[in-house]
Amino acid sequence: MTMLKAKHQRLVLVVIALVVLIGAGLLAAWGLRSEANYFYTPSQIVADPPEKTRLVRLGGMVQTGSIAQQADGVSIRFVVSDGEASMPVQFTGIVPDLFVENSGVVAEGRMGDGTFMAETLLAKHDENYVPRELQEMTEHQAQQVVAETTGGSPE
Amino acid sequence: MHGFANPRRFLAIARWLTPALLISGLVLTAGATWWGLTQVPPDRLMGETVRILFIHVPAAWLGMGGWTAIALSSIALLVWRHPLAAIAARASAAPGMVFTAVCLATGSIWGRPTWGTWWVWDGRLTSMLVLLFLYAGYIALAQASAREGVSQRIPAIFALVGAINIPIINRSVVWWNSLHQPPSLTVGKSAIDPAYLWPLLIAVLGYSLLFGGVVLARMRALLADMQADARLRRKAMETA
Repeated sequence: MTMLKAKHQRLVLVVIALVVLIGAGLLAAWGLRSEANYFYTPSQIVADPPEKTRLVRLGGMVQTGSIAQQADGVSIRFVVSDGEASMPVQFTGIVPDLFVENSGVVAEGRMGDGTFMAETLLAKHDENYVPRELQEMTEHQAQQVVAETTGGSPE
Repeated sequence: MHGFANPRRFLAIARWLTPALLISGLVLTAGATWWGLTQVPPDRLMGETVRILFIHVPAAWLGMGGWTAIALSSIALLVWRHPLAAIAARASAAPGMVFTAVCLATGSIWGRPTWGTWWVWDGRLTSMLVLLFLYAGYIALAQASAREGVSQRIPAIFALVGAINIPIINRSVVWWNSLHQPPSLTVGKSAIDPAYLWPLLIAVLGYSLLFGGVVLARMRALLADMQADARLRRKAMETA
């Protein structure tokens, strides 16, 4: 009987310790909420513009039909949007394979006059894994691909 | 619970379960790898690089699963003083660390062509790297306390503290903006086309069976080691 009691005592101790630990972990994660973001969304940038000298990351979706090749041949301009706000971005260089319209992008750079001047461009893959063959796609995704391939991708 | 507490009974089960898990795990893993590398169609955006999914995702799950096993064994050790719990925890550490390293390496190789970078310090990647360091710390601590003969409770407490990182890894892509994608598989919902989902699930099952087999084999080795030690000590006492 005393054995059982000691066992229960240890169980209660471990449970209390776990609750405290998880609570501390969640509190820490909560405290990091705005600090541990890898990038700012266009809404955050519009609401609280960073200083022009500060290197920041801007993340969001590349707006459909917004990618435009510039006259110099190596620069592109496009619009990053998060559904609420949008931000024009300029970038010079080679873009990653997954940089396409209506897909996620993270641009690192500095805020210019109304345009975000990106120095590096990273593509973000979403959670969807779909084969290239149209017949195997769901209707919604198939429409999306049709829109992507006929909507005037950058040449 | 205490049915398995008896090391002799455990050894009798482990003797046939170890090869059964290893062989079935190898067969399923080989099958899923062949399926993933040669049979699935290229992804609409990533193309052929989607094939790394079938090693990256099982490795990530088992990296996290390994620490979960260590934490659960540690609770069994702390609360019930389960004689096999410390051995199970020690045996799970190295395979868990290997899978975590495989996850980080394959993720990095995958990130270069798809994202355009080998590494970024976003929430998911950083918390996974922390897990790798936690494994290294745990292995050093567990080995030191086993060698010095001090309490196995110290690594067990370390394992429980480190377990906070597991929900953080899991939620990192939801709580924070990250370059890593959000979860594709959530309860009752899959954003992965069946063409990829089936080989992925078989790969996860296969690697999990392999993991179980390796843990059992290591537990048997650790038990044999302890038995040999005890026998040597007894011999030394007799001759003294």
